[in-house]
Amino acid sequence: MDRRAVLRLVAAVAAYGAMTLQFLGSFARHASGSTAARTRSFPTADYNWTKHRWAFGVDATRCIGCLSCVVACKNENDVPGDPHHFRTWVERYVYVEGEDQPRVDSQSDPADIAASHPEAVDPYRFAAADEGKAVEKAFFVPKLCNHCERPPCVQVCPVGATFRTEDGVVLIDQNYCIGCRYCVQACPYGARTFSEVYAVADKCTWCYHRITKGLKPACVEACPVGARIFGDLDDPDSDISAFVHNNRLEVLKPEMGTKPTVFYVGIDKNVR
Amino acid sequence: MLAWFHVPWFIASPFTGYVYPNETIVPWSELIVVYPYITGLVAGAFIASSFYHVFGMRQFKPVARFALLTALAFMIFVPVPLLFHLGHPERAFEAMITPHWTSAFAAFSYAASFYVIVLMLETWFAFRADAVRLAKRSRGIRKLFYSVLSLGSDDISEHAIGYDRRWARALAIIGMPSAALLHGYVGFVFGSLKSRAWWSSDLTPIIFLLSAVVSGVALLIFLYIVTSRLRRKAADVSCLQALGETLWWFLMIVLVVEGLEYLTMFYRGEEGITTVAALMRGPLATSLVIQWAASGIALCILTWLVVRRRRGKPLVAGLVVASLLVLVEVFAMRWNVVIGGQELSKSMRGLLFYVPPVLGRDGVVASAGILAAPLLLLWLFVRLFPPWELGDQEDHADFA
Repeated sequence: MDRRAVLRLVAAVAAYGAMTLQFLGSFARHASGSTAARTRSFPTADYNWTKHRWAFGVDATRCIGCLSCVVACKNENDVPGDPHHFRTWVERYVYVEGEDQPRVDSQSDPADIAASHPEAVDPYRFAAADEGKAVEKAFFVPKLCNHCERPPCVQVCPVGATFRTEDGVVLIDQNYCIGCRYCVQACPYGARTFSEVYAVADKCTWCYHRITKGLKPACVEACPVGARIFGDLDDPDSDISAFVHNNRLEVLKPEMGTKPTVFYVGIDKNVR
Repeated sequence: MLAWFHVPWFIASPFTGYVYPNETIVPWSELIVVYPYITGLVAGAFIASSFYHVFGMRQFKPVARFALLTALAFMIFVPVPLLFHLGHPERAFEAMITPHWTSAFAAFSYAASFYVIVLMLETWFAFRADAVRLAKRSRGIRKLFYSVLSLGSDDISEHAIGYDRRWARALAIIGMPSAALLHGYVGFVFGSLKSRAWWSSDLTPIIFLLSAVVSGVALLIFLYIVTSRLRRKAADVSCLQALGETLWWFLMIVLVVEGLEYLTMFYRGEEGITTVAALMRGPLATSLVIQWAASGIALCILTWLVVRRRRGKPLVAGLVVASLLVLVEVFAMRWNVVIGGQELSKSMRGLLFYVPPVLGRDGVVASAGILAAPLLLLWLFVRLFPPWELGDQEDHADFA
């Protein structure tokens, strides 16, 4: 064989290989994407994901910082108990007289970890950080994945393991995730974490396994004061529809252009 | 009761101010510092080799083929830090088989593979005649090895070698924009993320690309001087001068663009700028000083070499120091971007203090090993295909 022929062969093999990979790739995507859409029943046979538009409301004026939601979420979703992995968490903003910036912490602040009770049913605590200080105002802000309409985490996933469902929930296929953590970087809200146990990305799913069976997310169920509101925007009688219609809403970091579907009431300019 | 266990295989970084709870585990370790560093060395070495192979700048001839081997040796190790870092390296090929095209990372495997193919083909054309001659000259397993590598194409007539040259040049011409694109694209991986204030800049890809050229040329200078010493040959003076001049003006451009980046950031003074300033004074202070001091001193030495047109010992000594400083500077710059970006909390209210683990997949030892491995491979390449000794003089007299 002369050199010209060898080269021609090499080029042909390379081109053929690339085409095959492309074809297989598009085929796999097509198959996985279209089956669910065609049957309209996902993830279970009796649930139609085109018939719902889930959304979440947070009324920060009601939150008492009891952290029941955090515990409920960890129990429901097998999130490790340490103070570095959360699908939802609670922030505290304390305005002390004479200081121009609020003091901000969460249950993961060293002082709050020191005040926690690892053996208790409710291990997390907010330490009294403002003793002896004149507090002007203080409030709590529950945080969770914003299930953005334009999610930057979905945008950056190199394999499409994370996606937005037809009913508006951002999920991760943990059997497909390669564990590169690009999505953890891309989320402006710090809502994603890396599970060292499964070596994949992890985040809030609004308890997708519950809401598709007509239940509420565990955190909503656990909240004793109704600070967390969840429901279907397509259902005019739902809690979330009433919440959206009756309140002036805010979202976190609107300048990011992510279009969150977690709506806040009662936060202020220092909440990011 | 919750299982309040501290999973032993993560390290939570200490912090000041307020950071989101999940941020306390820094997602990208120093492996992701090593990754753009190696990629940059490849791009720089390749571009230096192309000065001769494409533009026919004869001063670069003594290092042109060696640069090609250097680029190839380092390019082979580009995916390694990424694979070490993945939670599921066995699923890595999913990024090629089912790429999600909106991800800056999805096309990387394609871009990198394309570049590897171009690089291997060019190297093959540049060394084919040598493989044929070596096959004739050696016996046993080495003969077999060289024969296989020549792919059965053992014609070393003037006509055939001219054909090799044309192909190598064509591939180098394709390779130049590919190298530039590949590394500019690595910068885009960081620059395109709006979530991190420290990365999110239009200049990030440009700075990555320019510092890539700088680091690659510096590596070439250092290795050329060291290998010349090991071969007991004097390094070619006009080649060293040309490399030094290239390093000098690319370094100047890098420093100007980096300066503009900082100037713009502080002049705009957008929300959170005080936290950015605290980052530079706090967790990043040491590595920033290393970066600036190393590049400053290197620039002074290079300026002196260029202005006074030094030759002989001062030239060699000056270039060794300057190139080492530049290699340190660029590594510090990669650290400052990759780690620095993650030390600045997305809440813009707090700072993390990243402490690299020593052992384990993500550890300093693993990263150092990955950095050293290409040098070993390069040593093997040079043993197998001595880029200086073989018929270089007559065959490649006029590459361009």
